[in-house]
Amino acid sequence: MNQALGLVAATFEKPTTKDFIFGCWGPSVRIGGISFCMNFIFFMLLLVVAAFLLSFFVAFRKPKIVPGKFQALMELGLEFVKEQIVVQMIGPAGLPFFVLLSTFFFFIFYSNILEVIPGVNFSPSSRIAFPLVLAVISWVTYNTVGIRKHGFGGYLKMVCFPPGAPLALYVILTPIEFISTIVIRPITLSVRLFANLLAGHFLLSVFFLGTVFFIQSGFPLALVSIASFPLAVVLVGFEIFVAALQAFIFTILSASYIAGAMATEH
Amino acid sequence: MTALVHLFAPILAALTDAGFQTIGKGLVYGLAAIGPGIGIGVLMGKSVEAMARQPEYAGQVRSIMFIGIGLIEALALFGLMLSFII
Repeated sequence: MNQALGLVAATFEKPTTKDFIFGCWGPSVRIGGISFCMNFIFFMLLLVVAAFLLSFFVAFRKPKIVPGKFQALMELGLEFVKEQIVVQMIGPAGLPFFVLLSTFFFFIFYSNILEVIPGVNFSPSSRIAFPLVLAVISWVTYNTVGIRKHGFGGYLKMVCFPPGAPLALYVILTPIEFISTIVIRPITLSVRLFANLLAGHFLLSVFFLGTVFFIQSGFPLALVSIASFPLAVVLVGFEIFVAALQAFIFTILSASYIAGAMATEH
Repeated sequence: MTALVHLFAPILAALTDAGFQTIGKGLVYGLAAIGPGIGIGVLMGKSVEAMARQPEYAGQVRSIMFIGIGLIEALALFGLMLSFII
């Protein structure tokens, strides 16, 4: 048994964070100390944009009163964002943000679902840069909404001094509220999406590579693959669920931040 | 007691800096998952209770529940990130 375990440690190459770094395809351009180049991740981002545009173009190019199958599917998704997220969280006043929030939802969902598409198996969301940009867009939006609604001073006062607390408590409450609203929110938004997808990629690669390793390593260990392979397939289903859930959570949190910035003082 | 020392002596002798680092990585994620685990458990339990009591508010409860899950889950994921960094 010990020998078998030694064999596992010796030959099973576990996935590390180095697997998430891809080389350049072609020349790189240096602008201000950062080099920009075309690589696998950027290619996949273009793929996501193309899929996004194509799906909306195909579904709503000639919208019918009685929708076809694909149009009905896309309408279901948009209807879900409108009813469950925009109207639920912000109310009728949030309808101007419907376009932004549904773009968030579909864009993140398409990018997440690439993780389980055979042949790609990697999501651009599992690199921090992509979720960070989306989180910054959300941050700029809710702060702009708050400043436009209450004025700069009014918004800052609303953020830092939540009404209804005892006077002495504001000594602690004000820094916490300020940091959590202005600094922590975009970080948690991006890290949540990024870490979920990173963990999902690790999970799938450990289970599938592990199954391959067990089958290759001969009789006694090959029996483990009977258990590990179905589990790996089930985990693919779980990752599809996570992809949709993370898109939903990112969108609903953005909506709730916008709603919080729009709220009138009680 | 001495039996325990004898049992662990070869394991302790075999530990290297890299080994300690691996143990640390495991501990970071494990400890970071305890609190959020309890939190999500309480949150889900209470939400299901609320939905069962007031089915007409199920939609509202569900969306607020997902916000809570999102906020709590971030803590566990920070632990996961930290376990890659250290």
